[in-house]
Amino acid sequence: MPEGGMDRPLPIGVREPRARARRLVAGRGRYTDDISLPRMLHVAFLRSPYAHARIRSIDVAAAAAAPGVEAVFTGRDIAAACNPWQGNHALFPDLDSPPQYPLAIEIARWQGEAVAAVVAETRAQAEDALALIEIDWEELPAVVDPEAALVPGAPKIHPDRPSNLALEFTTAKGDVDDAFARAAHVIEETFVFGRHTGVTLEPRTIIAEFDPTEERLVVHQSHQAPHQQQDLYARLLGIPEHKVRVICPDVGGAFGVKLQFYADEAAVAVIARLLGRPVKFVADRFEAFAADIHARDHRITARLGVDAEGRIVALDVDDLFAIGPYSQYPRASVTEGGHIARLTGAPYRLPAYRARVRMVYQNKGLIGHYRAVGQPIACAVAERLIDGAAAKIGLDPVEIRRRNYLRDEDFPYTSPTGVAFEHLSLNRCLDLLVEKLDLPALRAEQQALRAKGIYRGIGIASFVELTGPGPDYYGQGQVRVSSQDGCIVKLEPSGKVRVVASATDQGQGTDTAIAQVVAAGLGVRTADVHVLLGDSEVCPYGGGAYASRGASIGCEIAFRAARQLKGNVLKVAGALLQMPPDALDIRDGAIVDAEKGVERLTLADIGRVGYFQQYLLPPDLQPELAVVQHYVPRDQAYIAGNGIQASYVELDPETGFVKLLRHAVVHDCGLIINPLLLDEQIRGGVVQGIGGALFEEVVYGSDGQMLSATMADYIVPMSSEMPDIDVWHVEAGIGREKLGAKGVGEAGTAGAMGAVLNAVNDALLPFGARIAQTPCTPQRILRAIREARARGTTQSH
Amino acid sequence: MKAPSFRYVRPTSLEEALDVLAQADGQAQILAGGQSLMPMLAMRIAAPEILVDINRIPELAGITLENDLVRIGALTRYVELEKSSVVAEHLPLIARALPHVAHVAIRNRGTIGGSLSLADPAAEMPACALALGAEIELVSKSGVRSVGAEDYFLGLYETARQPDEILAAVRFPAARSGSACGFYELSRRHGDFALAGAACTARVEGGALKDLRVAMFGCDDRPVLAKKAAAEVERRGTSPEALAAAAEVLAEDVAPTDNVNGDAETRLHYAKVVFRRAVAMLLESTRG
Repeated sequence: MPEGGMDRPLPIGVREPRARARRLVAGRGRYTDDISLPRMLHVAFLRSPYAHARIRSIDVAAAAAAPGVEAVFTGRDIAAACNPWQGNHALFPDLDSPPQYPLAIEIARWQGEAVAAVVAETRAQAEDALALIEIDWEELPAVVDPEAALVPGAPKIHPDRPSNLALEFTTAKGDVDDAFARAAHVIEETFVFGRHTGVTLEPRTIIAEFDPTEERLVVHQSHQAPHQQQDLYARLLGIPEHKVRVICPDVGGAFGVKLQFYADEAAVAVIARLLGRPVKFVADRFEAFAADIHARDHRITARLGVDAEGRIVALDVDDLFAIGPYSQYPRASVTEGGHIARLTGAPYRLPAYRARVRMVYQNKGLIGHYRAVGQPIACAVAERLIDGAAAKIGLDPVEIRRRNYLRDEDFPYTSPTGVAFEHLSLNRCLDLLVEKLDLPALRAEQQALRAKGIYRGIGIASFVELTGPGPDYYGQGQVRVSSQDGCIVKLEPSGKVRVVASATDQGQGTDTAIAQVVAAGLGVRTADVHVLLGDSEVCPYGGGAYASRGASIGCEIAFRAARQLKGNVLKVAGALLQMPPDALDIRDGAIVDAEKGVERLTLADIGRVGYFQQYLLPPDLQPELAVVQHYVPRDQAYIAGNGIQASYVELDPETGFVKLLRHAVVHDCGLIINPLLLDEQIRGGVVQGIGGALFEEVVYGSDGQMLSATMADYIVPMSSEMPDIDVWHVEAGIGREKLGAKGVGEAGTAGAMGAVLNAVNDALLPFGARIAQTPCTPQRILRAIREARARGTTQSH
Repeated sequence: MKAPSFRYVRPTSLEEALDVLAQADGQAQILAGGQSLMPMLAMRIAAPEILVDINRIPELAGITLENDLVRIGALTRYVELEKSSVVAEHLPLIARALPHVAHVAIRNRGTIGGSLSLADPAAEMPACALALGAEIELVSKSGVRSVGAEDYFLGLYETARQPDEILAAVRFPAARSGSACGFYELSRRHGDFALAGAACTARVEGGALKDLRVAMFGCDDRPVLAKKAAAEVERRGTSPEALAAAAEVLAEDVAPTDNVNGDAETRLHYAKVVFRRAVAMLLESTRG
């Protein structure tokens, strides 16, 4: 019996390798940069060397005359052919992000903002010519620190806005102040979550091509959401939407970095239109660090009140969120702060809860939607405080969680911030983690080693993740981000199957998962299904990849479409066999007698009759051997998933270095479509979470100059430092009416930072030290130990 | 991130390469393994008029043992050092340092001469050359000269090599019986340039260390011999307390500054840690 029972037949649950892996490993990938079009030109951007500066004048004459240069464009040139955009969100009407243009026009607002574009026969020629552009800059005071940005009289990033405060919102339930007044213990911590970014292996890449005779724009782009881009190019450039086509070929990692609308990419589309020639832009690694979206950058003061038994009475979260000079488009930069407000402490019963978020403009790169948007922060904050409470009361970290988790009887549950949780399996996940890791034994080992001067730490972190959002958040926000997906399933005359879907793949194996659910829904083998994704012209309309929606929405609709096609096939088969269709089934590509499983026809027979020999069918039966279906989740705003992670680390107190010994994840993703891809997703997510916890930081100087613009300075986690990552699953809460897969892409990232932060702090316990800043660099850990020594709080050890 | 235009020449003899350099008026750069120069070209940090590719000059590569000296040609790649029995037997310090040099792909291509020519202050090979008292062979049209490692590293990416000279080889004294070495470095990820590192050699006589040479790297603008701290070790002995006390004088040997990896205070602390750990490893190796 396959996983999930009769309704979820094989190959659902099978460890199929990724369809693209073999091709990509063989070097036969076709990334955007592999595409070369006739008469294609290359763009290089001149980027602001200052965090904040006025362009007094700009002289491009020498650059325009340089060898190979076709044209040079300034901000005004491009703005004349492109509407500006504003990263606003109607659910947050106070947010009024100023209009942003493809290239800076008068003022550059972050170091790396594109201010001019050189178009040449080769990229090297374009880069040569950049040096010939003369700009008379007037440096303006850089607003870098978010607290300083809010001080009255601080230099304003947008002179026509009242202040640098982009948005402030508060959510609250219960009498928080009263609850704190009654709390037996209050744990307070101020956290600093550093900026990091996605670091995709393949950088952002775009080729835009405009045919003036048809007035048609075709864009090849390394992106997660082709339909979103089609909509934006059409509206911002004023081209009818049916004449805009966005193709996303192989994409080498995205993580939300390739979900945004980028100013420099808009400029490429405009340039292609102005020149009538194909134009390519590939962000190099400098540009990736300077102009890709960043994430996190929060200062959070949070308080947790508990009673004498460690039961939570109140949680109060105050987030200062630095977003760069603009709210990101089209989604707006609210979501990261919103998820922190929505999800901090979400695994727990919270009698009183309050969260305030202040989004602040600053002269750094834009913040966008990086993997797990806000959720790692929400998790880390609550889990640190819970551990703090446990330490204060003398409770085991496992026990304090058990006392506070939402329990089976609480569901369906509406959180204090109004999010519906149909079901969460928090206790089951914790139980499985304790059992699989043998946590008591690990604790004993830790204690024994501590006596020998070896300092290890164990950290656990529970998380609730919001995946596969429905139309409420963006739809009501008047943000044109689609939360539906569509899928075409088509029987070829030979009996093989073609799928064209709106879900997209950036390496996670979405196409393989879709092939599996279609194979399961229709009754064929995965190898007999070919999946095409990533073309806004031919794929049904949908949101692409974001918010862990590939399985929960993309596969859901593929499964439904396959089942509908199965019904259509069986109608034809029934007519041929003169049997009721429901007495037949499709198994392994053959039409069989449902009861006995005896083969009666092949799918190739159906294809032959359906496409060439329709005269064999009754005159009123039109074979429909291709179906298209769409699905948008309407029953809840999000599909909530949950899990728990554990980290086991060893601290070198002399150097502040942390060695990761082991990492474990227990996750409830509902139905498991493909355990291999699932575990890969979780492990990849964990590594990115560990990156944020220990290694990765976009560092800016006090003048807003980026100090970490190479892979030597921006430290991504590498395999030699990564621990073994165990992944175990709980499959809970799968209803019968749906396929029942929940999102998984962000789970690893959502919980890893909290687990590592708790583990590091656990290791620091004997030194009386603690750290609440990420990444936990060796220097920061050393400082924490030094400060604790200075306070004289070192415990005897 | 495209290199600016340059003239590319690929001489097949040392003589030919020296001719090009002699006529280049300081505007040439030498390409060996390219593991640092190629990214610097792409980032336009380096913009030479002429790129002299020495990869087709066979006499620049190879490892030979002559009269207690190991001579390593500049074009010898790390991977060849790793595989060399001569290095394993006679240059145990280099053998210990090699696994810390970047990653396999880089070691397949990168050369010892390239590392010594670039003189990155946080790189392993310059520190080893200093600890071992290596002699660096510089060749030009006017002949060969030998510069001791202590006189070769002059500052941040600055060496005694003149623009018309090629670093042809480096000569290391082969390890003698009774000598020992230690190597320790701290880096955020394995293979990164060091936050701080120490490479050391000494003779062991009756449990005491003589002629201790500790080359510190990643601690200053160049690899530096910690002469004062090493003298303290010889004076105080090798107990953990003595080593710790000796390390305390490192501030007189090295002067780390604030950088993106840490402030000066932390970096000096790391210098002390790696000094102690490298010497401790040296001692450990003598205990069999």
